[in-house]
Parts: sequence; structure tokens; C-alpha cells
Amino acid sequence: MELILDIFTGICFFIGSLSIIIGACGLIKLPDVFSRIHAAGMIDTGGTAFFILGMVFQTGWSLITVKLILIGVFIFFTSPVTSHVTANLARQKNILPVGKKIGKIL
Amino acid sequence: MKSLILFLILLTLWLLMSGHYSILIISLGIFSCAFCVYVAKRGKLIDDEGLPIFFIPRLLNYLIWLFKEILKSNLSTAKVIINGKVEPETFTVKASQVTDVAKVTYANSITLTPGTVTTKMQKDVFEVHALNSDFGNDVRTNEMDNKVTWLEGKK
Repeated sequence: MELILDIFTGICFFIGSLSIIIGACGLIKLPDVFSRIHAAGMIDTGGTAFFILGMVFQTGWSLITVKLILIGVFIFFTSPVTSHVTANLARQKNILPVGKKIGKIL
Repeated sequence: MKSLILFLILLTLWLLMSGHYSILIISLGIFSCAFCVYVAKRGKLIDDEGLPIFFIPRLLNYLIWLFKEILKSNLSTAKVIINGKVEPETFTVKASQVTDVAKVTYANSITLTPGTVTTKMQKDVFEVHALNSDFGNDVRTNEMDNKVTWLEGKK
């Protein structure tokens, strides 16, 4: 039983670290601020979600599980706010995104 | 009524976080939760915006759908980063929600799915930046908009 849980944890950690590595590559590779925010968002959601899921497999049913899930929930609520603040600040400084604009933008 | 719900939420959080169940600790918890509710009530923070309980009945259904979307778009963002087929586009969408909380939920849901970010909002028009025209089309079909309006349940 423990072996199965260990294997699940390993798979989750593998997917999580893969998405963090791809996100970090994207942070360097993508062309401008706005595109890089997408890569950072991938680290925020995919990376943390899979890491927390992997740790939940290890703790089983206890108070620590609840705390882990709460960490996930708080990251889930706060990460879009930071992404939006970064994007909004860039727009206020009149940095226009590269690529095409469809219709009239604000 | 709303203060009672806030009190119960805070107390549950206290009990889950502390893990010590002696009478002294629990009474301290009850005291501090009651004090927090009193301060929030004095500051007139307990309204539909501070405590959106009208979300609760449909919240679980929405969250499951949102997680599925996040997983899907995580995969496609990874593909785009590896392929290097980046054609960013910026466009505006209209939000059909009534309350401010629901609008913020919609904007946050757009930002939370990788590949699309809300960069600006004015009343009920959002400016969205998408990594690729596929991500842009996902937002422009208004599927998420309809889901959040359904979650709000005011129409």
C-alpha cells in the first residue's frame, strides 16, 4: 500500500517539476511581459497543484492534509491577483503587447 | 445571520489550524473569532461582497469544471512554449455578471487558466491578452462567462 502511495507521489512530483521547468524556460523564451506572465501562471497553477497533491498522498488523512489544501487554496486565490497587477501596471506604463490587436482595446 | 456564518467559518478555520483541543485554547479561539466578527461588523464589511454566500450552492460544480479547464490549458501552454508558436493577441470581452464579486471571479478565472490574462477592466469590459488564437477563441466563445453567470445565480 505504501509503495503505491510512494509511486503516486513520485508521478505527481515529476509532473509538477516538469511544468515548473517548462514554465521557467517560457519565462526566458517568450517575447514580452504579457506573454511571460502566462509562463509564470503555469508555474503557479500546474506546479504548486501537483506538488501539493503529491504531498497529500504522503500525509494521508490528518490535520496536515487540511493545512496543505489550505495552502493550495490561498495560492489559488492570490496568484491571479499578482498576475493581474503585473499586467495592469505594464499597461499603465503604456507598454503595448506585441502581436495583433483585435478591435478597439481599452 | 451573515455574522453567524462568518463566525462559524472563522471558528472552523481556527479548530483546523490549531490542532490543540484543550478548553483554554478553544475558549481563546471563540473569543478571538467573536472579536474579529465584531470588528468586521463595525467596519460594515459583512455584506454580499465581503461574504459571497450566494456562490456556495453551485461552487463545487464550478470548481471541478475550472480545474479541468486549468489542466487542459496548462497542457496547451506547455506545448506552445516548447513549439515556440507564439502569436499573442489582445482583445476585449464583455462580462454579463451583475455583482462586482462575480465580475472579479470571472476575471480571476480568466487569469488563472494559463494562456489568458486579464490586463485591464472598465465597468463590464475586460481587456484580455492571449498567448495564441486558440486560447483567445476559448475566451471569446463566452463559455466561462456563462458559467460564472450561472454560478452567480442572479439572472
